[in-house]
Amino acid sequence: MHHVDPNVDVNLKINNIPVTVKGGTTIVEAASKVGIKIPTLCHHPDLPVRATCRICVVEVKGQKRFKTACNTMVEEGNEIYTNTKAVREARKTILELILADHPMDCLKCIRNTNCELQDLANEYNIKEIPFTPTAEVLPIEANNPSIVRDMSKCIKCGRCVEACQAVQDVYAINTANRSHEFTITTAYGKDLSESTCTYCGQCIAVCPVGALYEKDDTGRVWEALDNKELHVVVQTAPAIRVALGEAFGMDPGSVTTGKMVAALRRLGFDKVFDTNFTADLTIIEEGNELLQRITEGGTLPMMTSCSPGWINYIEKFYPELLPNVSSCKSPQQMFGALAKTFYAEKSGISAANIFSVSIMPCTAKKYECTRPEMNSSGYQDVDVVLTTRELARMIEEAGINFNNLAEEEYDAPFGLSSGAAVIFGASGGVMEAALRTVYEVVTGEVLQDVEFTAVRGYTGIREAEVDLAGTKVRIAVTSSLKNAKTLMEQIKKGESNYHFIEIMACPGGCIGGGGQPFRATAAIKANRAAGVYEIDSSQELRQSHKNPSITEIYEQFLEKPLGHKSHELLHTHYTPRKI
Amino acid sequence: MSKIKQVLSVNFGKIQPDSVEEYVKAGGYEALKKAFSMEPVAIINEVKAAKLLGRGGAAYPAGSKWEQLYEIQEFPKYIVCNADEGEPGTFKDKMLLEKDPLRVIEGMTIAGKVFNSHEGYIYIRGEYRKIQKVFQSALDNAEKAGYLGNNILGTDFSFKIHIMTGAGAYVCGENSALLNSTEGKVGRPRIKPPHLAEVGLFLMPTLVNNVESFANVPTIVLVGGDEYLSYGTPDSGGTKLVCLSGHAANRGVYEVPFGVTLRDIIFDEEIGGGVANGGKLKFYHLGGQSGPIGFPEQLDTAYCCKVMRNNGLSVGSGAVVVLDESVCIIDYLKSVTEFFIHESCGKCVPCREGNTQLQFILDKFSKGTATEADFALMKKLSTTMAKASFCGLGQAATTALDSCLKYRKAEFEAHLNKQCPAGVCFTNEEGGE
Ligand SMILES: Cc1cc2nc3c(=O)[nH]c(=O)nc-3n(C[C@H](O)[C@H](O)[C@H](O)COP(=O)(O)O)c2cc1C
Ligand code: SF4
Ligand code: SF4
Ligand code: SF4
Ligand code: SF4
Ligand code: FES
Repeated sequence: MHHVDPNVDVNLKINNIPVTVKGGTTIVEAASKVGIKIPTLCHHPDLPVRATCRICVVEVKGQKRFKTACNTMVEEGNEIYTNTKAVREARKTILELILADHPMDCLKCIRNTNCELQDLANEYNIKEIPFTPTAEVLPIEANNPSIVRDMSKCIKCGRCVEACQAVQDVYAINTANRSHEFTITTAYGKDLSESTCTYCGQCIAVCPVGALYEKDDTGRVWEALDNKELHVVVQTAPAIRVALGEAFGMDPGSVTTGKMVAALRRLGFDKVFDTNFTADLTIIEEGNELLQRITEGGTLPMMTSCSPGWINYIEKFYPELLPNVSSCKSPQQMFGALAKTFYAEKSGISAANIFSVSIMPCTAKKYECTRPEMNSSGYQDVDVVLTTRELARMIEEAGINFNNLAEEEYDAPFGLSSGAAVIFGASGGVMEAALRTVYEVVTGEVLQDVEFTAVRGYTGIREAEVDLAGTKVRIAVTSSLKNAKTLMEQIKKGESNYHFIEIMACPGGCIGGGGQPFRATAAIKANRAAGVYEIDSSQELRQSHKNPSITEIYEQFLEKPLGHKSHELLHTHYTPRKI
Repeated sequence: MSKIKQVLSVNFGKIQPDSVEEYVKAGGYEALKKAFSMEPVAIINEVKAAKLLGRGGAAYPAGSKWEQLYEIQEFPKYIVCNADEGEPGTFKDKMLLEKDPLRVIEGMTIAGKVFNSHEGYIYIRGEYRKIQKVFQSALDNAEKAGYLGNNILGTDFSFKIHIMTGAGAYVCGENSALLNSTEGKVGRPRIKPPHLAEVGLFLMPTLVNNVESFANVPTIVLVGGDEYLSYGTPDSGGTKLVCLSGHAANRGVYEVPFGVTLRDIIFDEEIGGGVANGGKLKFYHLGGQSGPIGFPEQLDTAYCCKVMRNNGLSVGSGAVVVLDESVCIIDYLKSVTEFFIHESCGKCVPCREGNTQLQFILDKFSKGTATEADFALMKKLSTTMAKASFCGLGQAATTALDSCLKYRKAEFEAHLNKQCPAGVCFTNEEGGE
């Protein structure tokens, strides 16, 4: 019998090269150890295997049929061949079969030059397709603010389904039908807007081709930038500065804040502001809300509210727990409200003429800004949300040589922020930022070590207990909606003894958002997170309440945390939307 | 000497199928009693000695399968009987379920005893609705008589059998798809490994055997593996139910010992009786749509899993579809491909796209628009599908094509010149172009 023991060494040969790996290693992984690349398409390292595209076939001596290298684990004594004539021919045939059913629209495709199928066609030297074209032109679905589905381009790899089901536990999409009709669809083929979809965009993030992408809003932004009547301001989310560089060939995690600011100025934005400023503000408001709930017997555990995919999820799946969600708007929406009130006042520009753009790692943010309640300035607070990928496209289109840009600084009054704000970009960051402030507010003592490393990380549910002047505050942090579900079930059963829970819809937090550069894996996301923490630790100012701009805005405008103005501009309410 | 041997079919038409009394009178449940006095390993050894090869199509040695499951020390274990019988031209499981269900039940119960399993499932093809009733009645009667349910034969061993029913998809007969379907999931095949013996029904160790495989078990226990083996050939023990259809003169199910020839099966007066209406045999399709095609020059091949396999043929499910000279090979292969297009679950590329493309090429042959290059294209498609498909369906979809390309390339070539030897193709454009 075939048993997999990760503690046992397995010796084998790949293309006659000896290699020793641990039990449970797949052929793809073992091959990469000796510098052999095996193509994959339906396989994504962060998702359960499907083994359905069959592009990764290899020969294993003694086996009549090919084995798929993505899911087959090596066995002692294996002799594996990855580059025989038979293997090359089979892979090429499989690729030709996929391409026969594909529109091959590369020149007008969102994934042109960044497509896994295109790469394979190039690597396997595809020059003509000997099969009959069967690709159908299907209507492009884009009846929602966040996500476009172009199923004509779908290669039926199923990665999106794994992301939506195994990672997010949302089941908005599934496979349907048999044979050539096999497809990916929502329940009853309805539009995503009528499904349980949370717009998290994790399906997009794993799609190897141009079948799923963000709704492109670059046109609206160009238009605003070209409109001389408009004063166009932009805010940048914490997580994009450590990922944007990937779109320009930099290593994941490269910190590009200064170049990004410079690029935005060159694109023509009148003011380049930082969402990090309102992240600091969120900490003040949310920290005070937490203390109020604890001391005044409010609903606990309190849960964070900055991830719009998560908000969509709880509105749809656990509406009965909405009272647990902090009433604080997300930093993006706080920014939007202040841009068209405080900033309008301060700069003497009418809110009607301010066009507010935000650059986010997130597709759900596009939906969030269109929520009807997000108009406390009297206008739509944030006009357009662009994803990191869209910003990269605009930079390219403008002919800006991103890598060579000299670094520039953000504009006042929303340019100054603390290290606590930037770590909002990684799972655990909001919690850590809140603790850095709440601890000092409650205890009146100076925090010696501002780093709460127990809440950092990528997987599972992390928990900790913090002593706040005798009150033990129990906290939990998680990312991914599947993990969120676990915590919600605990609360529903009355088994949750936490005071404060941070939840991000996307695995790893915003650094792994659905709007970030394509081809991210857990390893790449770890690099991005490292970038975020690197920015934090290199900063002098690491606590939100010590940000002088925050003190100033309370003095000049907001008066006090949870005050009347705050409630008007910085807090919101939620709507049960059970499907 | 008669080419027929009755082991499985002795009771057919002789007893009331769901009557335990009549079954017992005919010698039924003697094997179960004997099994209760044997060590599980001894029973497995008999099954091994019998060289019982799985009757569901793949001819996997039942003894090895049983041995593997026995070694796994995880409980509960489940016993599953595959009665999906989806291969076109196959209707022998139907016979067993309809005419002697208690033999199948007894076989499953013995397996239950061997593996100390307390629950069995039989997945019966949806179309066999009437049979489900007979089978349920046989189950109820067996339970009343103490041969099934709690405390079987007065011991502390209990075993129950549940009937599940399929939605008519061919791929549900694939054992892992069958388990998914039994669990109420979509009937698409699972990734293997893990093998079903390790992670089967409800993720527990599971035995899946075909109806006919289980039906052989009582005989093996009763007469012993060596005796059972001697009914057949040294490589394929026992007998086989064959299903004759198509242009066979005598269509129906016949029980033959392994070792008779294909000629015996198709032409023997007591069996196939030759081609109907005085027609001439052109080819025969073995083991269902997924099986190979044989030609008259191969008729003297012995019907034995190993000999057949060595000659590029196969026993498979036992189907023998006889086709006469009025049939065009291209046209026939198109119907086979149509079947696989319809039945592909659509999950993997070689099967989903491969069958579709194959049909385009065959269509070109039947329209006279194919070229020499299409031979190479069919070859590479067939190799890719056979060697790279996810499950047995796609892997076997081009078996018939391969036989025809190997032995009757001439008929394809004739079509390049718009000649159809059977006169099936090009009939609408006589003398055209
Ligand atoms: C597409 C496909 C369809 C199958 N259909 C059947 C079926 O209808 N009945 C059956 O017994 N086995 C069927 N099989 C074979 C089963 O997967 C499995 O091998 C068999 O049930 C094992 O039992 P056996 O060893 O007793 O033959 C099918 C296999 C494939 C790949
Ligand atoms: S998805 Fe890829 S291969 Fe398909 S059209 Fe777009 S870029 Fe080209
Ligand atoms: S956006 Fe998220 S919830 Fe919606 S379909 Fe994609 S993965 Fe599922
Ligand atoms: S939409 Fe993308 S990820 Fe989903 S199955 Fe199609 S190609 Fe794969
Ligand atoms: S070979 Fe592939 S597509 Fe065909 S039935 Fe099996 S899994 Fe489905
Ligand atoms: S990558 Fe292995 S089957 Fe798709």
